[in-house]
Amino acid sequence: MSDQATARTVPQMITGRFQYDDAHTIERYEATEGYAALRKALQMHPEDVHAEIKEASLLGRGGAGFPAGVKWGFCPPGVWPRYFVVNGDESEPGTYKDRLLMERDPHQLIEGVLIGAYATGCAQAFLYVRGEMALAQERIAAALNEAYAAGLVGKDILGSSFSCDIVLHWGAGAYIVGEETALIESLEGNRGMPRLKPPYFPAAKGLYMQPTIVNNVETMANVPWIIRNGAEAYTAYGAESSRGTRMFAVSGHVKKPGVHEVEFGTTTFRDLIYGHCGGIRGNHTLKAFIPGGASAPWFYEEHLDLPLEAGAVGAAGSMLGSGAIVVMDETTDAVKAAWRVVRFFARESCGKCTPCREGTSWLEKVLRRMLDGQGRPEDIALLLDLCDNISPSIAWPPKQTTICPLGPSAVSPIASAIMRFKPEFQAYCGGGDVPTSVTINGKAYLPPEGAPAGV
Amino acid sequence: MPRFTAENTILAKEIIGRYPHPKSALIPLLHLAQEQDGHLAEDAMVHIAELIDHTPAEVIGTASFYEMFKREPVGDYLVNVCTNIACMLMGGEELLHHLEDRLDIRPGSTTADGMFTLEDVECIAACTEAPCLTVNYRYFHKISTDEADQLLEDLRAGRRAHEIPKHGTLARVRQSIPADRRAGAAVPGECGQPVWMTPKDDPEDAPA
Ligand code: FES
Repeated sequence: MSDQATARTVPQMITGRFQYDDAHTIERYEATEGYAALRKALQMHPEDVHAEIKEASLLGRGGAGFPAGVKWGFCPPGVWPRYFVVNGDESEPGTYKDRLLMERDPHQLIEGVLIGAYATGCAQAFLYVRGEMALAQERIAAALNEAYAAGLVGKDILGSSFSCDIVLHWGAGAYIVGEETALIESLEGNRGMPRLKPPYFPAAKGLYMQPTIVNNVETMANVPWIIRNGAEAYTAYGAESSRGTRMFAVSGHVKKPGVHEVEFGTTTFRDLIYGHCGGIRGNHTLKAFIPGGASAPWFYEEHLDLPLEAGAVGAAGSMLGSGAIVVMDETTDAVKAAWRVVRFFARESCGKCTPCREGTSWLEKVLRRMLDGQGRPEDIALLLDLCDNISPSIAWPPKQTTICPLGPSAVSPIASAIMRFKPEFQAYCGGGDVPTSVTINGKAYLPPEGAPAGV
Repeated sequence: MPRFTAENTILAKEIIGRYPHPKSALIPLLHLAQEQDGHLAEDAMVHIAELIDHTPAEVIGTASFYEMFKREPVGDYLVNVCTNIACMLMGGEELLHHLEDRLDIRPGSTTADGMFTLEDVECIAACTEAPCLTVNYRYFHKISTDEADQLLEDLRAGRRAHEIPKHGTLARVRQSIPADRRAGAAVPGECGQPVWMTPKDDPEDAPA
């Protein structure tokens, strides 16, 4: 967790305790300002706690980047009980931060959840941890047991009138459960399939059709710092639109892959890739990088100086997503990389919507055929036609023919790779042409006028 | 084809009691069954159906959606190699192929001695530590082929038993909510406005 290469030193708001091997214990947590924020919050009126989070403009860190304080305000008045659910189902390829926060500093998460439940009037909270993360489950279970024993969770917390159980729950291997309505289905004991919208926000109708607030692990980890230090101190860091700090995982072909908590909205991709992570490995050069998890369209050399800020990244045709940057050097086969990302979505499609279920698996098969040396000149047109059926006109931000964004996510890597590395695709397809007019900046590439609908 | 033991039945009931609706306990109970038997035995699923008052078909309907639930026995050690994008770039596929050679099996199958099952899995959230794998969901970061060989040897010799429990056991620490500290499940239809949510302008009822 180094802090050079950014414009100035910023506090490690959520990873500060990672320096201690015993950060997961209640002793270390309490010795490092732990549970001070909860005590402070309990002296405040719930509405004032909520207002503080709103003022801090804490953005959701799961992918969509929605302001947490605004989300909390969506619960319909007078409908009880309300539930608080934490999404710890981290599994977007390239993403590695929530697992660290859960394994290394579970009390910080618990404290954040307690404050959130207090502010919003939630009578019960559920921590939904990814099934594969055994150590995270173990650390959270131990931390909850310590916190219950210390009177910090459960009935009449710290002698106040605030009572809330936190139930540790875990999944069993399904990426789609990261989608909040699928997560709620899973928490109800069902297959993890996203719900039809509207209602758009579980805050209106969520778990058991009751008001439910779903927030990501990293989002909730920020809450104790904000309450301890105040919204004003928090908004002193970051850009106007993106306050505080944020964790980014930089993986792939860099000298020092790693996870860094940096100032949000002002740090650039270059700072992270070339500063914190030492640049491209060996004597290699940058070919492309994924800026925000596997679902995000790829970025290139010319995007390095963009700040890590949703608006700027969105305007340039991609997204900040889940804080996952995957770097590819010039030795990377673009078709192979696209196939690998597409295979993920094909495997993880829940099967509810036809364009996604059928489309992603056909995309995977066509790409696999190309890689196996069986590509045909018409394959590129076929890929784009499939993409167009999943996400009409292959635009960015994507249009959907599906209930959730998983299907359109599989379109991003293909669109990116064809757009930028056309000759590589042609080489796999016996020279077939790319029948597209391609523009960057999100506008998209459409099949040419008069192209046959099915190829 | 076992049902829950007496001890696990008590535990199962305690877990069910944490949730507003019994069916919410389904995934935790399936994990408990897998911990007991190493995979999901049919009778255990029938038992779960009885406990949560749903049909066995509904239990299988949920169980079959999630890839961690194994309805056939697997090896003592489930070796999951990540070959997703970040790992692919850093040698994840080579690591998988190496293990295929060493174990003489393809991903998705189990060695003849029942010791190892190999899987080719999607991102396990260790992308900056690629290539990586898990054994019964315990992580091994930045692992070379030599280190992987050593790991297999250690597992065969039982030298890792203290850190890697048998397949089915996830967290070795369980959450337990002491009866006197329990706030209780918030059941729809049975809960009104929480007491601490009194209107702001009512100083009498301000939270303590
Ligand atoms: S891509 Fe392998 S752990 Fe994320």
